[in-house]
Amino acid sequence: MTRRRLPEWFLLLLPAIIVIAAVVLIPLIFSLYSSFTPYKLTRPSTLWKWVGTYNYEKILSDAKFWAAFGRTVLFLTIVLNLELVLGLGIALLMNKVTWGQRTLRTILMFPMMFSPILVGFQFKFIFNDNIGLVNNVLQSLGYDAALPWLVNGKLAMFSIMFAEIWMSTSVFAILILAGLFAMPRDPLEAARVDGCTPWQSFRHITLPFLMPFIYIAMTIRSLDVARAYDIVQIMTGGGPARRTELLWTLMSRTGYVDARMGLANAMGYVSIILSILFTVYFFRKLSAARAELGMAG
Amino acid sequence: MDRNLSHRNRKRILKALHFTALFLTMAIICIPGLWIVLNSFRPTVEIMAKPPVWTPSFTLEHYRAMFGGAGEGGVPVFSYFRNSLIVSVTSTLIAILIGMSGGYAFARYRFRGKSGYFVGLMLFRAVPGVALSLPLFIVFARMGIIDTHFGLILAYVAMNVPFTIWLTDGFFRQIPKELHEAAEIDGCTRWQAFWRVEFPVAKSGVASAAIFAFLTSWNEFALASQLTRSVGSKTMPVGLLDFTAEFTINWGGMCALAVLMIVPALILTFLVQKHLIAGLTFGGVKG
Repeated sequence: MTRRRLPEWFLLLLPAIIVIAAVVLIPLIFSLYSSFTPYKLTRPSTLWKWVGTYNYEKILSDAKFWAAFGRTVLFLTIVLNLELVLGLGIALLMNKVTWGQRTLRTILMFPMMFSPILVGFQFKFIFNDNIGLVNNVLQSLGYDAALPWLVNGKLAMFSIMFAEIWMSTSVFAILILAGLFAMPRDPLEAARVDGCTPWQSFRHITLPFLMPFIYIAMTIRSLDVARAYDIVQIMTGGGPARRTELLWTLMSRTGYVDARMGLANAMGYVSIILSILFTVYFFRKLSAARAELGMAG
Repeated sequence: MDRNLSHRNRKRILKALHFTALFLTMAIICIPGLWIVLNSFRPTVEIMAKPPVWTPSFTLEHYRAMFGGAGEGGVPVFSYFRNSLIVSVTSTLIAILIGMSGGYAFARYRFRGKSGYFVGLMLFRAVPGVALSLPLFIVFARMGIIDTHFGLILAYVAMNVPFTIWLTDGFFRQIPKELHEAAEIDGCTRWQAFWRVEFPVAKSGVASAAIFAFLTSWNEFALASQLTRSVGSKTMPVGLLDFTAEFTINWGGMCALAVLMIVPALILTFLVQKHLIAGLTFGGVKG
């Protein structure tokens, strides 16, 4: 009897499938199940009580949840767009540098080496209203006020965004810079011969070529932005008075502090849907941009 | 003549603007990090001084305390460092091997539902660490691998594999198929063709995937704080919390540990960064 052999591609993918299934899939199924129960960490027996969609109904009618949801979408939109614009600017500036570029590139990657939790502490320190660098500089310049960077709701949101953008703009800059390096020179020269202004050749030649890189960076960042949890948790913990509460801090508070794991997991699933929407959206944009450049497939 | 002069002036102004913009950008990128480094060498009194002291004095107080005994505010730095190193290096190596084989499968074979699998893989990275940590804790506790290097390595491998597959797929696509076909005609097996012909070409791409994977596991906190309990497995990001009490933070000590945490990443990035750009150039476009 001859056994049918598994196809090679499947054998090659098998280790990846096994590891991901073991580490991600099983816990996900577990948490999906527990999102239909009133599971409390303090009372393990609650895990076996099925309450159907009760948790989800509760979330959907919870104003605090929707406030955090809206804030997260706002946070993602502002941060991703600013990172893109700044990253594009930095990449264009760097691309013009002719001397010492390798050193500059290493410096550019400096923020990427900081652990998000470290970035959180770092900016908590810098934005500290009493001993922080920012207020000290402001006061030395004669601005006579101790701005409560992490205590005032609006300022706290600004500080967190600043930290997040500081940490991750490099990812955009590096990817876009790689795109600029890969760009063929001929179309640009042809455009100059035809009398295009620098702006025109940027808008119609450089930018379309960079789009795939931009979408790759967008995809990676929209997936990784959940790491912002560390920063928010350290800097404000979602406070003051929930003014900087994002989905991730709300989830961990519900799960670990209030011990309502079932509810927290249900929130997790609602927020995963948000990530999936972002990912699929950017992936489609990426495929479209590649198709336009004739690089699909 | 006059026009020529104004043209040259404009060019000069543009150059100056370019330089200024670049300098300001680099300053903003560097200052927050350098502030931490600087503060690790300043005495606590000076860090906490009000009004601020702008001319820094130099002390190794925080480093001495950090490496010192438990009574002097010391933390088990060497254990943290060792744990971080073991976990990051091992998980990066394994993730690269697994990811490379998966990326090769996506790049070289045609099968049904390929783009579905591909997007699906990326979605695994979409799961926030917070949503994963408790179920993972329960599963790992049942298996008895809480608080071990193995558990953390396993978690990080799973976290890095999707991204590695995604990047290496791009690099392998960049290599013309004719290369390994020619090698096979010359009598290599597919395995030999891969190691002798395709791998060397894709090496820079693999290096860049490796540095991303390494930085991710070196810096990860949410899972590590759940899956580690003791000095035997805590990593450096978790160790940072040793410097916080309920209402106070030992800024100087934390800055010192931060410096210790950045140095390996800095060295590694500096060494690999030439490959990083080259690799991304390949992987980005044709993925």
